[in-house]
Amino acid sequence: MARGAVAVRGLPGAVAGLVLAALMLGTLGVVLAHAGGMRLTGPDWAAVRFTLVQAALSAAISVVLAVPVARALARRRFAGRRLLIAALGAPFLMPVIVAVLGLLAIFGRGGVLNAGLAAVGLPPVQVYGLHGVVLAHVFLNLPLAVRMVLQGWQAIPAERFRTAAALGFGPAEVARHLERPMLREVLPGAALAVFLICLASFAAALILGGGPRATTVEVAIYQAVRFEFDLSRAAALAAVQFALCAGAVLLAARVAVPAGFGGGLDRAVQRWDAGRWGLRLLDGAVIALAAAFLFAPLLAVILRGLPGLAALPAPVWAAAGRSVVMALVSAALVLAGALALGQLAVRGGVAGRLAELAGMLPLAASSLVLGAGLFIAVLPFAAPETVALPVTVLVNAAMALPFALRLILPALREVEATQMRLAESLGIGGWARLRLVTLPRLRRPLGFAGGVAAALAMGDLGVIALFAGEGNATLPMQVWRLMGAFRTEAAEAAAVLLLAASFGLFWVMDRGGGRDDAGA
Amino acid sequence: MLGLEGLRVGAGDFALTADWPVPAGARVAVIGPSGAGKSTLLLAIAGFLPAAAGRVTWQGRDLGPLAPGDRPLSILFQDQNLFPHLTLAQNVGLGLSPALRLTAGDHARVAQVLARVGLAGREDARPGQLSGGEQGRAALARVLLRARPTLLLDEPFAALGPGLKAEMLALVEEIADETGALVLMVTHDPADARRFAPLTVLVERGVAHPPVETAALFADPPPALRDYLGL
Repeated sequence: MARGAVAVRGLPGAVAGLVLAALMLGTLGVVLAHAGGMRLTGPDWAAVRFTLVQAALSAAISVVLAVPVARALARRRFAGRRLLIAALGAPFLMPVIVAVLGLLAIFGRGGVLNAGLAAVGLPPVQVYGLHGVVLAHVFLNLPLAVRMVLQGWQAIPAERFRTAAALGFGPAEVARHLERPMLREVLPGAALAVFLICLASFAAALILGGGPRATTVEVAIYQAVRFEFDLSRAAALAAVQFALCAGAVLLAARVAVPAGFGGGLDRAVQRWDAGRWGLRLLDGAVIALAAAFLFAPLLAVILRGLPGLAALPAPVWAAAGRSVVMALVSAALVLAGALALGQLAVRGGVAGRLAELAGMLPLAASSLVLGAGLFIAVLPFAAPETVALPVTVLVNAAMALPFALRLILPALREVEATQMRLAESLGIGGWARLRLVTLPRLRRPLGFAGGVAAALAMGDLGVIALFAGEGNATLPMQVWRLMGAFRTEAAEAAAVLLLAASFGLFWVMDRGGGRDDAGA
Repeated sequence: MLGLEGLRVGAGDFALTADWPVPAGARVAVIGPSGAGKSTLLLAIAGFLPAAAGRVTWQGRDLGPLAPGDRPLSILFQDQNLFPHLTLAQNVGLGLSPALRLTAGDHARVAQVLARVGLAGREDARPGQLSGGEQGRAALARVLLRARPTLLLDEPFAALGPGLKAEMLALVEEIADETGALVLMVTHDPADARRFAPLTVLVERGVAHPPVETAALFADPPPALRDYLGL
């Protein structure tokens, strides 16, 4: 058909796919080439064990706790329910370092919990080690798990509950005939999604993991590069980490992973089986506890950090500016890449399937694996700290691309199905088609995807830790350095700035796409 | 003259064949049972389905290498004939410039054809704000601006009530008179064929038969048409 149009629609996607594949497979190749016979020592295997154990525990606890919370949200209507459910999407965008600071403010040495324990004469608890890492991961992923399980509840047709009421089902029968079959389908995917995220956890494990006994593979890679400068050990660890992640991704591809973001979750279904007072109290308590667990740490950081905002040193502001620019560039790369790959993917065929596959490749990589590969690749040509910022932008963009692609593909497919014939019959091709037909129908998912990409890049403390030198820290790096220097108040103030920047970027971009322009 | 020369579309389970010419300016109804291949015929002529054999020509020139938008024809589908996110003026303006680069003169012409189809002053409305009949009028306004020598109608007015549909056909007739276009119109309704088209193509079981005089066809329907009409 229109050959010029096909070229314009296909070429950027092919370029994006090749760049992505080169980045992913190239770094993997570098890592494997330097792995040097894969001689891993005892501590390395301890890191592998710890990584698997903490990820499994985090996934299991998140999912088990998510069930009562999702059930309560599914069968109750109350003021603020919509807001609470929307807020459950927030930890996905929250910078990990801010979450860690918040948890320290509650559960840490000088935190609220220990103050309470001391007041009643009990010994203090301490938060570092396996349980600290798991606590942080549950804090960050419980909301995601709740949203995935809630999705399952919402997928049960309202008519089913009406039929159940007509048959006189109580809560036990509803659970047996409606809810448990749904949970059996949803929970494995939800657990696997959380497991995968925790497998590649770096910042939380870096700060809350204590010493050699509580080190994830990601942290071990970082230590091998930065402290020991043992690049072949780092490469061997990166190869192991890649195998772990790729294995989990392949497993996830066989299990249906429910969507954790997207709209429609605030719909309330009328229920007839849950009116008893005992159940109401239970659900109320569950929701209150979950909200307290999720919001108290955040509130603590904000309250403690706000006063110090004005006194933040100049390097922190400079880092903030640097981070915002990097986040915007990263988001722009993500959107351009996702759009190019998506246009190719919706056309189907071999090229389309390859484009989609290329877009999903980063799921199997982790920030530090990519970082280690790039570090080794760059070293012969330049000092790593001189390329810290471009490399960070590139890695962040690559890591966010699968999310963006998944967000825009449904809309792209819809445009393809409903508008392309009309466009072709009128001879609208090439850039005119992109400008007049595709982009206007994609504004909403593009805005949302851009917002997610920008917020994730803004808060990322991963590959930058490998590369950063003295002069070019990002804002999350600055927060971490302030923490390391025990300047907790300044760290909390910088964390407030980081939090505001992350959510501000998301809000602005999501808003930018959200204006109702269709009227249809 | 539109030529279908040994045309075969599709393969395997379903194929449609057609091998006949239609003179320029003719008005032809395309009738037949669902699934017989009426839409397939139009989509092949418009360039959306590749020919497995044979070719489609216009005034002797092979249309095969031409993209749908470059062929000397306009087509209206069953639905989705307007972009929902563009205004009426933009939707109609696409008939003048597919990249929507319109001069002041172009805007005047857009306003003129909108007025011509009874949508004066509705330039800034979106398709969602229009009734089904008005959407059909807007699509026809664009056909007017494109002024191509062939118009393919794949039941674009099927969802309208009988009164509105008759009104649309009258408008199509006016437009065809003005532009001298050859019209190929898919329909389920023998009354449409009788009212509008002196010639009718019967499509049944993968064969598009050569056009015959509509009156004669319905006066003495062949068995396939008899079954379809329930006679």
